[in-house]
Amino acid sequence: MTGVFKNIIRFVIIVFFQVFVLDKIILHQMITPYLYFIFILWLPFKINRSMLMLIGFLLGYTIDGFRYQPGFHAAACVLVAYIRPFIINLLISQQGAESNYNEPSIKSMGGITPYFFYIGILVLIHNAWLFLLESWQFADVGYFFIKTMLSSLLSFMLILVTEMLFSRNQKFKTNTI
Amino acid sequence: MRNIFLFIRQHFNLLLFLFLQIFSIYLIVSYSKYHNAVFAESFNKVTGKINSRYNNINQYFHLKKMNDSLIRVNENLYNKLKSDFSIPDSATQLQIDSLKLDSFSTFKKYSYLSARVVSNSVTNQINYIVLDRGKKDNLKEGMGIIDPYGNAVGIIVGVNQDYAIVMSLLHKDSHISGKLYKTGETGTLLWDGKDPETLILSGISKSAKICKGDMIITSGFSTAFPLGIKIGSVTKVYNEKASNNFKIFCKSATNFYNLTYVYIIQNKDQDGVTAMLEKVKGQQ
Repeated sequence: MTGVFKNIIRFVIIVFFQVFVLDKIILHQMITPYLYFIFILWLPFKINRSMLMLIGFLLGYTIDGFRYQPGFHAAACVLVAYIRPFIINLLISQQGAESNYNEPSIKSMGGITPYFFYIGILVLIHNAWLFLLESWQFADVGYFFIKTMLSSLLSFMLILVTEMLFSRNQKFKTNTI
Repeated sequence: MRNIFLFIRQHFNLLLFLFLQIFSIYLIVSYSKYHNAVFAESFNKVTGKINSRYNNINQYFHLKKMNDSLIRVNENLYNKLKSDFSIPDSATQLQIDSLKLDSFSTFKKYSYLSARVVSNSVTNQINYIVLDRGKKDNLKEGMGIIDPYGNAVGIIVGVNQDYAIVMSLLHKDSHISGKLYKTGETGTLLWDGKDPETLILSGISKSAKICKGDMIITSGFSTAFPLGIKIGSVTKVYNEKASNNFKIFCKSATNFYNLTYVYIIQNKDQDGVTAMLEKVKGQQ
């Protein structure tokens, strides 16, 4: 029960941070700072997959609500939530890490490299799908590509900074697999 | 029948994923043309309130800039005062008054209403501005918005009881009728979704003489803006080989980054004109 409560608080804080801090920062039209989907990345391993997608949709729809245009972030978040389990299955090297640890982190994924890949791939997928949906009427491939790359780089760095600032203590739960 | 259920159970996650994706894309597509009333009514009630709380705090940081702009606007208005103009001497000349009604109000077509910007964005390709005025102030869809310096900002696309949503000029669906100040050719003003300071004027034929720095104003053809509201100045004229028209890049006169107060233009004839247009379209 505490896990659910913790995640609800996390949800509210992350949405508010995205809407009232990051969205107010205007760097360049090519670079949009996105951090809010870290909520999906930090959800526990053992969450039901359909539940994960529904939470993703809710998160995206909330962000959309503040931007007065429904659909864009919801679509991107649902895609991230759908792909997340596949990526985790691919990248986890330890046998049974899902049952030993609660949430994905550097420690529970077994090193820096798999965790960086985990973040990097999902960040790319989120930004690419979001900007593709936003710009499919312009049909400007170069613009879309550069915007995705630069924004993803910034998102990636933001996530790393957040990871360092708020260290989540991942307890080793059990060694019986 | 049993196989169908088995199939659904086996591929439930994929089906849910596809359903949610299609639902999201349906939301995007249906919203961009006709605004979704349910979304505007329910969601904006919550987010509008949170946004205006945030704005109340944020405004303190812009007080100095706002003061400066108010002083400049005041200066502008002082220069327009009637008492500053000397009236031609009519005592020695015979003049016939041709006005049938001399009440000022019946001739006033546009009235202006101030509003506070509650939320605004420039970095997306679809940018909306939210104002703290709504149906209670008699706002309607299709009214034009200008900034304190008298530059065009956008057009209202959605209104609920307390808030109005403005499609800013920085929106891929924004089409505003623009006019070259010097020569008078009219075209359509668009935005390509890239630079928040650059707008595109299309539909100007190649016979027009255009120089860098020419001013672009509203044409007054739509009910949203009166004639002569400043939009921007020409920065680059692009000669499109495939068409008969120029593609004109212009720097927008409005600074979309720091909008705090705007004015809503209320056109007295708006209802009449739109009703007539609807009628004519219905007949065809």
